[in-house]
Amino acid sequence: MFDFLDSGQYDLLGAFWVTAKLTFFSAIGSLIWGTALVTMRVSPVPMMRAFGTVYVNVVRNTPLTVVIVACLMCLNQTLLVSLGGKGSEDIGFRLAILGLVAYTGTFVCEALRSGINTVPPGQAEAARALGLSFFQVLTLVVLPQAFRSAVTPLANVLIALTKNTTVAAAISAAEAASLMKKMIEFEADALFAVFAVFAFGFMVLTLPTGLLLGWAAKRLAVKR
Amino acid sequence: MKLRSTSAAAAAAVVLALTATACGTGSDSGSNGDKINVGIKFDQPGLGLKTPDGKYAGFDVDVARYVAKELGFAEDKINFKQAPSAERENLIKNGDVKFVVASYSINDKRKKEVDFAGPYFLAHQDLLVRADDSSITKVEDLNSKKLCSVTGSTSAQNVKEKLAPKADLQQLGGYSECLTGLENKAVDALTTDDSILAGYASQKDHAGKFKLAGLRMSDEKYGIGVKKGDDELRGKINKALEKMVSDGTWEKLVKEHFGPSGYKYEPAPKVEN
Amino acid sequence: MTSFLYDTPGPRAKRRNVVYTIVFLAVLGLVAWWVLSAMADKNQLAAEKWTPFVTDSRVWTTYLLPGLTETLKAAALSILIALPLGALLGIGRLSDHRWVRVSTGALVEFFRAIPVLLLMIFANQIYRQFTTVSSDFRPLYAVVTGLVLYNASVIAEVVRAGVLSLPRGQGDAAEALGMRKSQTMLYVLLPQAVTVMLPALVSQLVVIVKDTALGGAMLGFAELLTEGRNITANYGANTIAALTVIALIFIAINFALTSCAGWLEKRLRQGKKSAAVALPAQAGPTDAETKSVSSA
Repeated sequence: MFDFLDSGQYDLLGAFWVTAKLTFFSAIGSLIWGTALVTMRVSPVPMMRAFGTVYVNVVRNTPLTVVIVACLMCLNQTLLVSLGGKGSEDIGFRLAILGLVAYTGTFVCEALRSGINTVPPGQAEAARALGLSFFQVLTLVVLPQAFRSAVTPLANVLIALTKNTTVAAAISAAEAASLMKKMIEFEADALFAVFAVFAFGFMVLTLPTGLLLGWAAKRLAVKR
Repeated sequence: MKLRSTSAAAAAAVVLALTATACGTGSDSGSNGDKINVGIKFDQPGLGLKTPDGKYAGFDVDVARYVAKELGFAEDKINFKQAPSAERENLIKNGDVKFVVASYSINDKRKKEVDFAGPYFLAHQDLLVRADDSSITKVEDLNSKKLCSVTGSTSAQNVKEKLAPKADLQQLGGYSECLTGLENKAVDALTTDDSILAGYASQKDHAGKFKLAGLRMSDEKYGIGVKKGDDELRGKINKALEKMVSDGTWEKLVKEHFGPSGYKYEPAPKVEN
Repeated sequence: MTSFLYDTPGPRAKRRNVVYTIVFLAVLGLVAWWVLSAMADKNQLAAEKWTPFVTDSRVWTTYLLPGLTETLKAAALSILIALPLGALLGIGRLSDHRWVRVSTGALVEFFRAIPVLLLMIFANQIYRQFTTVSSDFRPLYAVVTGLVLYNASVIAEVVRAGVLSLPRGQGDAAEALGMRKSQTMLYVLLPQAVTVMLPALVSQLVVIVKDTALGGAMLGFAELLTEGRNITANYGANTIAALTVIALIFIAINFALTSCAGWLEKRLRQGKKSAAVALPAQAGPTDAETKSVSSA
């Protein structure tokens, strides 16, 4: 039943490796972009606050498929942005990361914003009383605590991101979902086995993340 | 008691799931009542296109209409269904459509799953390039070029396996996406059957922008897909196709749909029985 | 809300803010100028690519509106089937019986760990191989099946969290009145939990609407995004214009839903100061958790 695994015809590990790489790079990118967005959303400059709010509301409400296809059509096919990728497959991979970062960043931003809300105002007020600037208040006092209390929502965002990498199949990045689609067409007899293998693969990727970060959330939580 | 309520709940869940999946199993004959279902493309100008007024236009569509008429179905009795490339065999096998006329080239792999009437048209894989680009004159030139085609299409496979394995081939969801890239110089050429390319090149929005390179890189005989083993229908369609060529309709339709692009089409192929 | 992060700007800070604003606007303007000039350079801003969406009503009646109908149909079907199913699973996870708890728990965790796209592709193939569902409906069925399986398990968590968030006294009081477990759940706990979790459920609807587009890209489901391809085949490959219009439609719908969720949440919080707002233990991909955490 699982013969297709040995046939050497399908690069199963390769496909999941692409999925893992997509997840890894997008996670780092989204964390940075999300932090930048939340900084804008709480900053004293009204223009930046407005931009942050509009960006988050627009991108969060757009289907990821549209975001990623737009990355390909607008950035690559029209503005000729290739992000240094060579060959269309490489470019597709890089653009998929860009799309995932643009999209996931909004969720990171919202998770961090709720984390900031859990920090007692007294903390920031004390920091301000010491003469710290806005940027110092944010980076030295508020954000470190916000990150610690936002571990659980951030973990959920990471799990969602892992699953969302499958959308990159829409611009033919060679990741797990596009391989599954191909395999299901050619191995119609082993339909359930193929599904089981891919389901298992994703559970291996997502379940430990959930458990590990759940444990981390408990360890890191700010005791109040 | 508690057990009963939870198991009732579970049973309800199962029933719900079943009804959700089982309702509305469709017709199986491909012709419901006095109507006939025909599979065509919806997004290929010149061959099969859903036009803004909700009607269908193109060479394949008119061939389908002619054949249906010969089978005894007037134009208002035809029910056109979208037949995307990957779904064509399934549509025929499941009996969703009676026959498929959708730039469907006859090959051995497909013959294992469906039967073909025809061929009714002979196309070749070709390239669409920007009108001012003359750097591609032979197949070998492709190896240093950026090509675009539709994901999973035969043309894409041909390029990868035979024609130009070293070419940078981008596979996108549809031809329009490739055309955008071609227009913006993100890719150098769009490759697929010349009949499809001619349809795009002769659209009025594209007038003067693109041209066909004129490389005949493969032979694609378009057939009409029917259910495996349905020799009666196949015979009838073949007769209709022969009649279409002999009474001059074929010539008229080809001129109507491919004429404006200056596309040099092949003469009507002989129907293989 | 976050103004405690910085002092009320004095004259110097105000001047600094003005400088920041100008610099920020300049950067934004530069990016916009680069994008627009590059697009104009490539003729992507040409009028004939964009005007059909305004001047030709047939673009809407033939392509966009039918596509939108399919999108909304799939979303509505999914939420309608997923809601009761999710409620059942959620109650199952609160059951007194270990085997019910464990089996529903496993089911919920399984479907939450797998990408919706895989579920859709799998369902599509199942319908293709084992049923005679007509190709007209198969993609819709596949999309709805995938969405139902995934969202039912997310809703199960929302329901469970909603019930758990109620004060213990509610259940105890019902028990003291001599109600059976099923009665307690049906007449006391669920009605209260539903109001508490309403915002999270509406947010989940946003996720569903967005995910229908997956079926368009991968399964040929004739929803809004797929119809865009038929538009571009007729109006000179205006892919970017079509994509922009489609994105705007999605944003409008989802923004309305998100605002609705926010409004519900505010009303609920005002109405019942004591009740906690539903906090799914580990919610789904996108809005459910941000919504709930932002209210935490």
